[in-house]
Amino acid sequence: MLHYIENEAKARAEKSSTQAIIENVSRRHILGGALLASGLVLAVKIAPAIAREPLKPYPTGAEGMSDKTVNDPHIFIAIDKSGDVTIVTHRSEMGTGIRTSLPMVVADEMEADWARVRLVQAEGDEPKYGNQDTDGSRSMRHFIQPMRQCGAAMRQMLEAAAAAKWGVDAKLCRAKAHTVVKLDGAGKETGDSIGFGDLAEAAMALPTPAIETLTFKTPAEFTLMRKGDTKIADLRDITVGKAIYGADVRLPGMKFAAMVRPDVLGAKIKSYDASEALKIPGVEKVVEIEGVYAVPRKFAQLGGLAVVANTTWAAMLGRDAISVDWDLGPNASYNSAEYAKEMSATAAKPGKVIRNQGDVDAAFSKAKQVFSEEYHATHLVQAAMEPLVASARIKDGKAEIWAPVQSPYGARKDVAEALKMKVEDVVVHVTLLGGGFGRKSKWDFMIEAALLSQKLGGEPVMLQWSREDDTRHSFYHTTSVERIEMAADDAGKVIGWRHRTVAPSIVSTFAPDSGYQFPIEYGMGFVDVPFDVPNLRCENGEAKTHTRIGWYRSVSNIPRAFAVQSAVCEMAHKLGRDPKDFLLEMIGPDRKIDLKAGGFPEDFWNYGEPYEQFPIDTVRLKNVVRLAAEKAGWGKTLPERQGLGIAAHRAFASYVASVVHVAVDADGTVRVPEVVTAVDCGFYVNPERIRSQIEGAAVMGMSNALYSGITFKDGAVEQSNFSDYPIATMRNYPKKVTTVIVEPQDPSWHTGGVGEPGVPPFAPALANAIFAATGKRVRNLPIGEKVS
Amino acid sequence: MASITVNGEKRTIEGDPGTPLLWYLRDVAGLTGTKFGCGAGVCGACTIHLDGVAVRSCMTTVEMADGKSVTTIEGLSADGEHAVQKAWRQVSVPQCGFCQAGQIMQAASLLAQNSAPSDEDIVESMSGNLCRCGCYQRIHEAVKLAAGGV
Ligand code: FES
Ligand code: FES
Repeated sequence: MLHYIENEAKARAEKSSTQAIIENVSRRHILGGALLASGLVLAVKIAPAIAREPLKPYPTGAEGMSDKTVNDPHIFIAIDKSGDVTIVTHRSEMGTGIRTSLPMVVADEMEADWARVRLVQAEGDEPKYGNQDTDGSRSMRHFIQPMRQCGAAMRQMLEAAAAAKWGVDAKLCRAKAHTVVKLDGAGKETGDSIGFGDLAEAAMALPTPAIETLTFKTPAEFTLMRKGDTKIADLRDITVGKAIYGADVRLPGMKFAAMVRPDVLGAKIKSYDASEALKIPGVEKVVEIEGVYAVPRKFAQLGGLAVVANTTWAAMLGRDAISVDWDLGPNASYNSAEYAKEMSATAAKPGKVIRNQGDVDAAFSKAKQVFSEEYHATHLVQAAMEPLVASARIKDGKAEIWAPVQSPYGARKDVAEALKMKVEDVVVHVTLLGGGFGRKSKWDFMIEAALLSQKLGGEPVMLQWSREDDTRHSFYHTTSVERIEMAADDAGKVIGWRHRTVAPSIVSTFAPDSGYQFPIEYGMGFVDVPFDVPNLRCENGEAKTHTRIGWYRSVSNIPRAFAVQSAVCEMAHKLGRDPKDFLLEMIGPDRKIDLKAGGFPEDFWNYGEPYEQFPIDTVRLKNVVRLAAEKAGWGKTLPERQGLGIAAHRAFASYVASVVHVAVDADGTVRVPEVVTAVDCGFYVNPERIRSQIEGAAVMGMSNALYSGITFKDGAVEQSNFSDYPIATMRNYPKKVTTVIVEPQDPSWHTGGVGEPGVPPFAPALANAIFAATGKRVRNLPIGEKVS
Repeated sequence: MASITVNGEKRTIEGDPGTPLLWYLRDVAGLTGTKFGCGAGVCGACTIHLDGVAVRSCMTTVEMADGKSVTTIEGLSADGEHAVQKAWRQVSVPQCGFCQAGQIMQAASLLAQNSAPSDEDIVESMSGNLCRCGCYQRIHEAVKLAAGGV
């Protein structure tokens, strides 16, 4: 998210020449690698092996990201004499499996035996590895090509090294299962082979072949990609308690700290009394960390008092013993109940027009039937199971930070600035993340730890957030009102669509708060509504921000999909139509949506992707609707108080539809015995992890829809822990999630995102199912455990 | 002063007897496999065994464990091949993995007491162990698999 915001203007300027940039970047890295490896650039020619597949590179939004991509095997791969292959994994692992899936791409392309692959987690260093900002469901979308190129280049280097050893043409050498085999003129294996280990030194000394000479394995030759039987790399460590997360880092002489922070954004310490805290055995010091009060704050530290102790427990006790008198400031007026009413009043009035197609007013004035409803959603907190934590040490002019961070290089730059040090003098080590969901791409927790260490003269210190801290000091998922209006003609065809969105914006974290949202938020299920309605208008009403707004898995797609997909189902019932058939009719004919004819804004944000390569394709959207419906037995008869609901949504360049089966008990308790989700993420790599992401998305969707909500009273968050911010449990999770993964039907169905797109369709499909089961329509999230 | 056996090793613990075992294990004994998720007994990430029975180590003080035997994920089996661990790997349960030590300890305790749990027994026993990544479907499957003997 962040880099999109910061690079938006830059990306737009570069959009027209994306293809050229890709080639330049590739060349730059290839040359760099070649020079490093041998000092020769042009003298070595590597002939391609037996023709595999010349994949044509396509541009992606990676070119608009900071430091783009790197595809050089000399950066990402090392082979030692024993034949062990080390692959650098540069994206953060927070549960998606990306630490496994991207190296799988490399290993498969280079014909490495997965059992002999070791992974090394990269430090935060984007100039070296390319972009490391692990969010926006981008890792596979942006790095499948560079990683395939990386693996293919390594394979060709191994084949070239074997060719040199045998004194034959490289065309007669073929990498296969961790060896290179020699072929005869007819392409048959001669029986001669050399293992990767014996080729390692010679191969690693070769320059990286030029991208134009690379060939790729065909899907039929894949050994890892698309197979679904590769276990995640950290599986064993996780099951035996050896996996290292943020709080598991141990440094010699390390202290443990906990912090008191202001509950109201922008509150300042008037005075405090730490005398009781200092009496607690183990507590050593109380240190004030200055907050940053000027807005926008980006990810600056909130400030407060850090208690430094010899155990986390002592630090926490000390923290609780401090009393602080706060100067609360203007945000103490933030009350969620009143704010919701204000948003609702704003949504009732015309707003700033963001997308306009046809004549909406005329459509409504001649309508036979008009629909108008509002959908509310509260704030959410990411609530990763691992609370925020970071460790820091400053020694000999170098700062080192260890953290479960989604964007280690962005963090490194800001930590350096906060410490008034050079970026080169700061190292960010990335641990495993015990969940992220967007919170761990905001590095306030790392800046705090670094500043604390600096105040302690560089002493190693771990700053552990409590669950309450994590709940009360987030960058929250926005709260929103989405108002949807539809006009239908005599024939029951929808001829007018008006959508007003009112929600405090993420942009307030980065720029002065205008009260309006910005293209990124508009692009998530608002202006990109894929319906075949001739008159369509999207408006944004003003909503000022009183807390830190950030992103949460799927971001604005959650309230938008909830509103849009609920409204379509409501309209279907109003018109006496089947909700699935009506949804398909709303999507309309097969087409790639024409942005110009559709009145899209000039600065339409397509998840950062070039539209030509990643268009809104109604064929793919309708396909997932049909697949999910079919697999779920749409139309089947169910017992009383049970029902099916359907919803579909395109997000992060992928298409997802869910059918939720609801059973409502006599006391109103909502249960979900089954969910079927069809996901089309284009060219996919790791179906096993796609399934686990979709299962998890259903569970998080259930939490979002039924249980979880963050509300403010007098500027402070009212919730504190899982006791009052409930999430789905073993008792009430969606019992059986079936995932249908779409086989890409065309090479132009490029890899899309997976981590987030599964979430948005769940809540509306659930609400639609509750209606089918009970006749009760829910329009406020969270719905609560029971419907009356 | 308290005397506790941790993963088979006798330890004498000085200091505040009111310290939750969680923090003793993590910060003093260096056994970081046991996780801090909520500190309030509501997430299960810190689950360990006290005399073979699952307890929340964030709510169990050193004093309460005096004279007893504690098992953490590191000590569940010498070679990491406990039936529950094997089942977890076979089903590929974890996503981020952070809750999983607690889940595994809870499941191992359940199976030690009830070798053939019903679906409802599994739900009942496991429902205090939260997983934000949402691995519940696979947790349920893995417990059943472990009960059947992997
Ligand atoms: S940390 Fe003990 S139950 Fe959550
Ligand atoms: S696997 Fe991430 S919290 Fe359970």
